[in-house]
Amino acid sequence: MRKTLREIRRDWQLYAFLLLPVVYITVFCYVPMLGLQISFRNFSARKGMWGSEWVGLMQFSSFFNNYYFWRVLRNTLLLSAFSIVCAFPFPILMALVMNSLRSRSFRNVCQTITTLPHFISVVVLVGMLFQFFNARNGIYGNLIMKLTGSYPSDPFALPENFRPFFVFSGIWQNFGWNSIIYLASLAGVDLALHEAATIDGASRFQRVIHIDIPSILPTIVILLIMRTGQVMNIGFEKVYLMQNDLNLSSSEIISTYVYKMGLAASGKTDFSFSTAVGFFNSVVNMILITCVNKISDKLSGNSMW
Amino acid sequence: MAAIKVSRGDRAYYIVCGAVVVLLTLLVLYPIVYVVSASFSSARAVSSGRMWLWPVDTTLVGYRYILQYKSVWIGYRNTVFYSFGASAIGVMLSMFAAYPLSRKKLHGRRFFSLMFTFTMIFSGGMIPSYLLVKNLGIMNTVWAMLIPGSLSVYNMIIARTFIQTTIPEELFEAAKIDGCSDFKFFFKILLPLSITIIAVLSMTYIAAHWNAYFNAFLYLNDKNLYPLQIFLREILISNSFDSDMLDPEAVEQLQTLQLLLKYAVIVVSTAPMLLIFPFFQQYFQKGVMIGSVKG
Repeated sequence: MRKTLREIRRDWQLYAFLLLPVVYITVFCYVPMLGLQISFRNFSARKGMWGSEWVGLMQFSSFFNNYYFWRVLRNTLLLSAFSIVCAFPFPILMALVMNSLRSRSFRNVCQTITTLPHFISVVVLVGMLFQFFNARNGIYGNLIMKLTGSYPSDPFALPENFRPFFVFSGIWQNFGWNSIIYLASLAGVDLALHEAATIDGASRFQRVIHIDIPSILPTIVILLIMRTGQVMNIGFEKVYLMQNDLNLSSSEIISTYVYKMGLAASGKTDFSFSTAVGFFNSVVNMILITCVNKISDKLSGNSMW
Repeated sequence: MAAIKVSRGDRAYYIVCGAVVVLLTLLVLYPIVYVVSASFSSARAVSSGRMWLWPVDTTLVGYRYILQYKSVWIGYRNTVFYSFGASAIGVMLSMFAAYPLSRKKLHGRRFFSLMFTFTMIFSGGMIPSYLLVKNLGIMNTVWAMLIPGSLSVYNMIIARTFIQTTIPEELFEAAKIDGCSDFKFFFKILLPLSITIIAVLSMTYIAAHWNAYFNAFLYLNDKNLYPLQIFLREILISNSFDSDMLDPEAVEQLQTLQLLLKYAVIVVSTAPMLLIFPFFQQYFQKGVMIGSVKG
């Protein structure tokens, strides 16, 4: 005990370094968590965060009984699942194929180009998407005009197009970037394995199947598990930008719903209700991540903490 | 390897791989080239589909109007300020936390680490954060852009992993025996050895802040404080052009120019990132790789 205290005193300078980040994280992460208590109250601006009356689980039950509950939950899960299923294999394929290229400089050029879109902002990405698929003056509109002789209808007005647009623009933007991690783990593959296989007469393609894929399999499994844990965590920004009045039935997800109920509803905003919705999302998300992490730990000994 | 003859099957495989990579690269490249070419073409050529790869009826009209479009430049100035300011704060906080947490013998290390990682899996969410910024009195000020979200715990962990894997514990011990304090060690020994990771963090932070619009969207309503992304949203997504920001003569021609303005503004806002990025590619990649190592 005395020893511990002495060591703490000796290391005071290290704790001094920690002070600022810890204060920061307390104020900007833990104080908002305390703020979650307003989801058990009926917030009124006059009485404030700590003075508004308690209503128990009323906000939660009103969300679960809400017409929108199933819709936003379903949309969130569908969009996320669709993103994972479609987007996940691309970077792996890209990395395997890239890794098979023999010219280093050619490979570097292609890698640089395919990672570029990662640095385009969501606003610009969605702007480009809208412009390219514009039914009158975009590439899409003009192409259909040339092929069929008449302009198509606006593709963004159809709810069923929302998810494909969202997912495929995401793939375009990120498959190159996400392949970096697989390329790095492919670079770590023991060359002796390849040499031995070559001597035994294995073709390059056979080496991909029997050496490259098995050696990056742990990375693939971990990333897939991690990605699955993020299923409730789909970002607000891009979805909100791609929303319009006509596609809401498939584009309204939990985070955009929270924003609209809490901050954007014209006239009456309901902080308590939207905090409860966000709280629900955070809790489910945390449970998922924790489970997924446990699974990953069991399977591969890899845990986030 | 060159001495080994490539079999016919392998040759076919290499050709297929090369073709796939070329195809994917072109797929990524085409929209980018299209945007750049469109920004230099006449609006009519673009909207009628005559322009499909290289500029048609080359003109700089789009850029001339961008030059007069004050919002864009206000946004630009703010974005540069916010990205560099918030990144500086973020790098500082990350290094301050990473250094003590990399020391295995620190009492309470597990507790503090958990305190940081927990914020990655659970958060108060949008409304409580909004109320916090409001109660702090920084709503609609530059501070709302510089402070909330400046520290990324993920980046902090990257820095910690870097320190743990590159700076041996013995170096601490040796310096300690020579009478070097922890402060001194940080500034005189650790920082010079961490140039790489500081570069990695700065890049990652700057790229993230440059492209972010969420905080500005929630916390700002003064046009003079808006970052570029908010103006871009108005121009590209909401299709609203601020005619006060253009001279009256230009407003007349605005209808036909909207399209050009859009493409030109995409180029102007995105070019810095895309042109600078290739030179620092190795740093970004390093960040990804360190992040994938278990900390």
